[in-house]
Amino acid sequence: MARVAVDVVIKPEILDPQGKAILSALARTGQPGVSAVRQGKHFDLEVDDSVSDADLEEIAGTLLANPVIETWTVTRLAADAVAVASVNTVGTVGDAR
Amino acid sequence: MTQATDAPVPATAARIGVITFPGTLDDIDAARAVRYAGAESVALWHADEELAGVDAVVVPGGFSYGDYLRAGAIAAQAPIMRAVIDAVRRGLPVLGICNGFQILCEAGLLPGALVRNAGLRFICRDQWLRVENTDSVWTSRFEPGAEILVPMKNAEGRYVAADSVLDELDGEGRVLFRYIGDGPAQGNPNGALRDIAGICSPDGRVAGLMPHPEHAIDALTGPTDDGLGLFVSVQDWIGTALTGAGTHA
Repeated sequence: MARVAVDVVIKPEILDPQGKAILSALARTGQPGVSAVRQGKHFDLEVDDSVSDADLEEIAGTLLANPVIETWTVTRLAADAVAVASVNTVGTVGDAR
Repeated sequence: MTQATDAPVPATAARIGVITFPGTLDDIDAARAVRYAGAESVALWHADEELAGVDAVVVPGGFSYGDYLRAGAIAAQAPIMRAVIDAVRRGLPVLGICNGFQILCEAGLLPGALVRNAGLRFICRDQWLRVENTDSVWTSRFEPGAEILVPMKNAEGRYVAADSVLDELDGEGRVLFRYIGDGPAQGNPNGALRDIAGICSPDGRVAGLMPHPEHAIDALTGPTDDGLGLFVSVQDWIGTALTGAGTHA
């Protein structure tokens, strides 16, 4: 078994109105130093050893993300790692089809 | 269920399927529009693996699977959509309305995607559209340049696609409907690129739009009966195809 994190973010050229709304809220909370926010999604997967990196790319690129509007990263995590850990990264960046 | 039209459907009427997913809202109105236009409506279920021999399919609006993951993303993987994709390869006409449009894009049957409205609001209003292409399977009954008024209601209705895709859609006449109007509640409601409200496949058989023609079929329940045009148009094509055009699977 392995833990895998898939992070999905809207492409830079696609307007992200939610990110913009968060940015204005941040300015009101006294954090005017933040200049940009993009909102995305985080998926935490548990997979067995039969799932290859190529399989993970397919899972991310055909269902978890929509390649028309989103990019994604796939990160294999240490078994006891928390989802946000940045260690043990075998990351790949998806791109438009 | 009470039939909206009293006239019995003739045995030779076109049979148009209307799919219901968990969370679909507008299947009843879509079936009513099909009957108003003189065809027989055939209920299809998301778990079905066959299309019951229908001549065309409507994928209606709503919130299939609660819009989980992305609007239309889960429905695009449903068993009935496997059957729809196979049938489209054989030339079956398919119309996606609102969530149905989102589903067709997620299933790869139409290019581009529908994302959150620029103003972040759920928009519910009657909307003017221009019919940009009156040669397609679903729009042949409209006059060229016709302007129609139909309801729209969505939060993720902003059409986006790569510039190259938009150029292709424009160049091939595949933009079926554009948002128009200059009143306070008109014009482009959601930031859709190039004011696009609806598009079609290269052969004009697969079409999708965000506004709801099935809610505009009579003066009692809608702002106009402009929406009927789509449901009548497809029957012209079905009739032509069945009587010898040779293109119908």
